[in-house]
Amino acid sequence: MVFSKPALALTLAAALAACADKPPPRTASSAPRKDAVPTAYPSTYKPYPGVATVIRNATIFDGEGGRIDNGVVFLSGGKVSAIGGADTPVPADAVVIDGAGKYVTPGVIDIHSHLGNYPSPAVAAHQDGNEMTGPVHPDVWAEHSVWPQDPGFSRALVNGGVTALQVLPGSGDLFGGRSVTLKNVPARTMQAMKFPGAPYSLKMACGENPKRVYGGRNQMPGSRMGNLALNRQTWANAQEYKRKWAAWKAKGAKPTDQPKRDIGLETLAGVLDGDIQVQNHCYRADEMAVVIDMAKEFGYKVAAFHHAVESYKIADLLRENGICSAMWADWWGFKMESYDAIDENIALVHQAGACAIVHSDDENGIQRLNQEAAKVLGDARRIGINIAPEVAWTWLSYNPAKAMGIADRTGSLKPGKMADVVLWNGDPLSVYARPEKVWIDGALMYDMDDPKRRPVSDFELGQPGEGDAK
Amino acid sequence: MKRCFIALALSLGAVPVQAETIAITGGKVAIGDGSAALENATVIVRDGRISAVGKVTPPAGARIIDATGKWVTPGLIAGFSRIGLVEVDGVAPSNDTAASGSPFSAAIDVAPAINPKAGAIAVSRRGGITRAVVAPSTGRDLFAGQGAVIDLGADDNAIMRPRAFQFVELGESGAATAGGSRAAAHVQFRNALLEARDYARNPAGYGGRDRDALLMRLDAAALVPVVEGRTPLFVHVERASDILQALELRREFPALKLVLVGVSEGWLVADRIAAAKVPVIASALNDLPAEFEMLAATQSNIGRMAKAGVVVAIGMINDNDARQARLETQYAGNLVALTRVPGATGLDWGAALAAMTARPAEILGLSQELGTLSAGKRADVVIWDGDPLDLASAPVTVMIDGVDQPLATRATRLRDRYLNLDESQKPRGLAR
Repeated sequence: MVFSKPALALTLAAALAACADKPPPRTASSAPRKDAVPTAYPSTYKPYPGVATVIRNATIFDGEGGRIDNGVVFLSGGKVSAIGGADTPVPADAVVIDGAGKYVTPGVIDIHSHLGNYPSPAVAAHQDGNEMTGPVHPDVWAEHSVWPQDPGFSRALVNGGVTALQVLPGSGDLFGGRSVTLKNVPARTMQAMKFPGAPYSLKMACGENPKRVYGGRNQMPGSRMGNLALNRQTWANAQEYKRKWAAWKAKGAKPTDQPKRDIGLETLAGVLDGDIQVQNHCYRADEMAVVIDMAKEFGYKVAAFHHAVESYKIADLLRENGICSAMWADWWGFKMESYDAIDENIALVHQAGACAIVHSDDENGIQRLNQEAAKVLGDARRIGINIAPEVAWTWLSYNPAKAMGIADRTGSLKPGKMADVVLWNGDPLSVYARPEKVWIDGALMYDMDDPKRRPVSDFELGQPGEGDAK
Repeated sequence: MKRCFIALALSLGAVPVQAETIAITGGKVAIGDGSAALENATVIVRDGRISAVGKVTPPAGARIIDATGKWVTPGLIAGFSRIGLVEVDGVAPSNDTAASGSPFSAAIDVAPAINPKAGAIAVSRRGGITRAVVAPSTGRDLFAGQGAVIDLGADDNAIMRPRAFQFVELGESGAATAGGSRAAAHVQFRNALLEARDYARNPAGYGGRDRDALLMRLDAAALVPVVEGRTPLFVHVERASDILQALELRREFPALKLVLVGVSEGWLVADRIAAAKVPVIASALNDLPAEFEMLAATQSNIGRMAKAGVVVAIGMINDNDARQARLETQYAGNLVALTRVPGATGLDWGAALAAMTARPAEILGLSQELGTLSAGKRADVVIWDGDPLDLASAPVTVMIDGVDQPLATRATRLRDRYLNLDESQKPRGLAR
């Protein structure tokens, strides 16, 4: 697990707009700074070709908590075109797949991954997910470390039905940098995986990691209070930076007077403007409560706490503040701040009416996020909390999509949304089910029955086991 | 741990807790030997041992446990773990897995470091694990030291078999500790075993590090039963060529009782492993080239090795091995899932369960005592609320040596404290 890397990254979730691909609507408060920032590193993602496809007779979880037995899903033009009961009208010329005994769900979305940043093989030369040359690094962007040839991407697709993921910088720094949201498709470049229009998030970390990394070098932060002090000073610097740009704009934005760009503060100003949300690695309840107050002090939004093993202690507070928790089902005890983890954490957060997300932070766990949700259902049932499987699926697709700012495009099977879809060969909340087919934007990216659709990364080519069922 | 328990009870003049007859009736009983589960079968436990299984009538006076609608299996054996050696991995004083500052290696014995009160023992027991193979991690040397077989009962004596095996790292990790290459690791390995022979021939004359020898006297002594084949040697290897080199060790040291651990590329040389009759404690779901020594890793590894005739158990090496052996049931379920994936090789349900019951017992040489629900064996029995390999299931009863075990953990106490927390009742709401 990631414990060995100080990387336990946190998460982020994106906010309203503000990604480089699609400038957000201007508001009175939006910084003129963006005028000076060209659209950078834009997505070049293009869906693979697909054909109009109907899946019939399947059990469908729509991703927003709905279930249709003996249902029909119709995919065309890269979108979900129709979803409904057996009588849902579909064109006669579409490819028809019999889903009897099978399940259809939205593709799984992992809000917390380091694929591409900490790729396999995990050699030293590949450790690109944590800057850790200083505790404040909002200037680094995870996308600039993504290695598209990480074999982990295809494992997540084939075994986990993962169609989109957020790659976050690690948690060694207080300010870890920007995240990137990717479509889980084989590609030569990061840009060709980049989810079009997905907003950015900023990764932050509280707790043990930053104070261990820097305290160990006899520099700040060396304590939790040091974490906060440095965080607050950094936010104050960001406020000053924002003011400087606003003043420049107010004076007519003369190019000759333009303030010097600061790449890190630019990201932080984006957070203060509400264009970039914060994904905050945080384990302990007491620390989450402090971060909530810090966000209020400086006027920004935490989209999700990541790992959040103690969210069950403050589920009411998280609900009131509209903050998601991205959690494991049953990790515990690998470090001091994970010592109070309980198996019912996700269930209790959900039960309290707060936003629950199942995340992986792990190249193996990302292959079995559906199984993590299934474990939660059993633990919940034993304490009298009965959660329907189709409701649990919100933890795997819709809730992470919301916290990543892409729920209007993917995360559930609603007409007009991206056709990011998994056909499972059985109940996906059973250990015995696997993805049979996976579509991304309506293109069939994996087919269990077609060895030619088993993705093989450049790294795996010519190696033992190339093209094997993994 | 049972024996101590009995002795204590007798010394107090009490009736030993396990001196009773228990009939677990009506359950779906999986023997654990690879066979399919029996519907509506009965398991009789008498004085801490299994006395009968099948369509048998409960003896008069037996305590009846109605397992109707439930599943009954042998207690699971964590095939390779570090359970009991760690409380919190990242808190060094609570982590006794490795000693990089120790001058000793093969002589290190985990037994005195096992903490029966470790949180992971309770958590693993709650997951249906009743016994565990516990290995040290390497410090400065290839040889990590001597591992134990423990039971996970809620009493003070966890050690079932101390010094049950010696653990050595070959492959990438071994190369690193040996100074930087596999070649050096093999020289160091040979040297150690040759010095152990010297020591065995003349303990009083052994020079230890006073002469050319590199091994401390106690390390040499610890390797004597290994080189003489009385103590199994667990060898961690992943790469196919490292596996074959490990099998070759018996050319020079023919008595070695090898057990391979990890073995991600085992499927590439499964026939050779089977022919050598060397058992394997494998990681179940490795499918990434996490290191260069695992390029061919696939979840089909265990299935393919088993198909080739290799005796394979599931182990947890370097996979949260101090705390998460309870995930073995999930791993085993995934191996069953592979049977429906074209091009993959999995295990059928019975074989998947056996990879956590009969197979590890066999590998440990403990088949007479553990591993199946068979007359005469220790009554390590788990009753589950559903299919033990499926994700939503959990044990409702765990017996070790016929003794009902507590299933609460620190985590369940935390859960219960916060489940219905009423802040208006503070501090009572936070009371125990």
